[in-house]
Amino acid sequence: MRDKISSSPVLSVVSKILFAPIIIFGLYVQFHGDYGPGGGFQAGVIVAAAFILYSMIFGLSKGETLVPIMINRYLMCIGVLLYAGVGIVSIFLDGMYLDYNVLSSDPSTGQHIGIILVELGVGITVATVMIALYHSFASFGEINE
Amino acid sequence: MNFLLINFFLISLLLVTTFFIFKTTSLISVVALTGAFTLLCSAIYVNLDAVDVAFTEAAVGSGISTILMVMAAAKLPEGKKNKLINLFPSIILAVAISLILIIIIANLPLLGDPNAPIHLHVVPEYLKESKDFFHIPNVVTNILASYRGFDTLGETIVIFTAGLGVIALLTSNTLNRKTNFKKNKKNER
Repeated sequence: MRDKISSSPVLSVVSKILFAPIIIFGLYVQFHGDYGPGGGFQAGVIVAAAFILYSMIFGLSKGETLVPIMINRYLMCIGVLLYAGVGIVSIFLDGMYLDYNVLSSDPSTGQHIGIILVELGVGITVATVMIALYHSFASFGEINE
Repeated sequence: MNFLLINFFLISLLLVTTFFIFKTTSLISVVALTGAFTLLCSAIYVNLDAVDVAFTEAAVGSGISTILMVMAAAKLPEGKKNKLINLFPSIILAVAISLILIIIIANLPLLGDPNAPIHLHVVPEYLKESKDFFHIPNVVTNILASYRGFDTLGETIVIFTAGLGVIALLTSNTLNRKTNFKKNKKNER
């Protein structure tokens, strides 16, 4: 099935054209989430969709060279640790856990920094988990000689 | 009036989709119809001015989960159709649950009622405070990341754990399974 898909020039060209805009849209949703609809969860899914599209069209092994499995797993953990780490940092700055007010001298700026970091952590985790889910499902039961 | 018309149109489409989900026996078309169903749901959320929820529903519900379901369906063996042997218990269950839901719906506050309990507890505080304090226009982001920071941390950990679980189930012993599979094949021959 996959060979048929990758041999179609329309799909491969369109997916190559779409790859960068999808990721840019994901970053826009990620960092514009403070001002419009969006945020880490949606942005993570959109970025993951770009990588999933790539590995659907060009095959699983090419997708795995683009996002190596181990790096993907490390990033999964880094996202959660970034979120939890913001909380730990705010404890060390004499605040309560996940109290962003103390991250900067101005509480309002501190909230900005905290929210952006936390959303980034959510985005990284969601994107990498979705990619890992896709790769696990797609490679399940397949024998690569 | 427009709001009602659009809502009526979307919900009737939703009913039609549900009917076809019931009728089809092919797994792939059920997955595709479920994707259409969630896309219609997100259109309904846009109509209700819940843009953030609609965005999430469109991205997660009709995007990623449809892809994952297609992948899962492609791995399943073909040609086996499940026949429901006895429909009677499931019909009774469905009727009972719908009766309960209808009774609950009759007791819900009206759509957009400002005196509904959910709009009176902490929401006015959030709406008033976050504008002056955060200088972030999207209140949803404020509530999600700051007021409800613990909840969102929990949600992120849930997603992380789900990913870990799937990796552990499906790819943990990839090497072992491959060799076992080869051995089994050799034995069969």
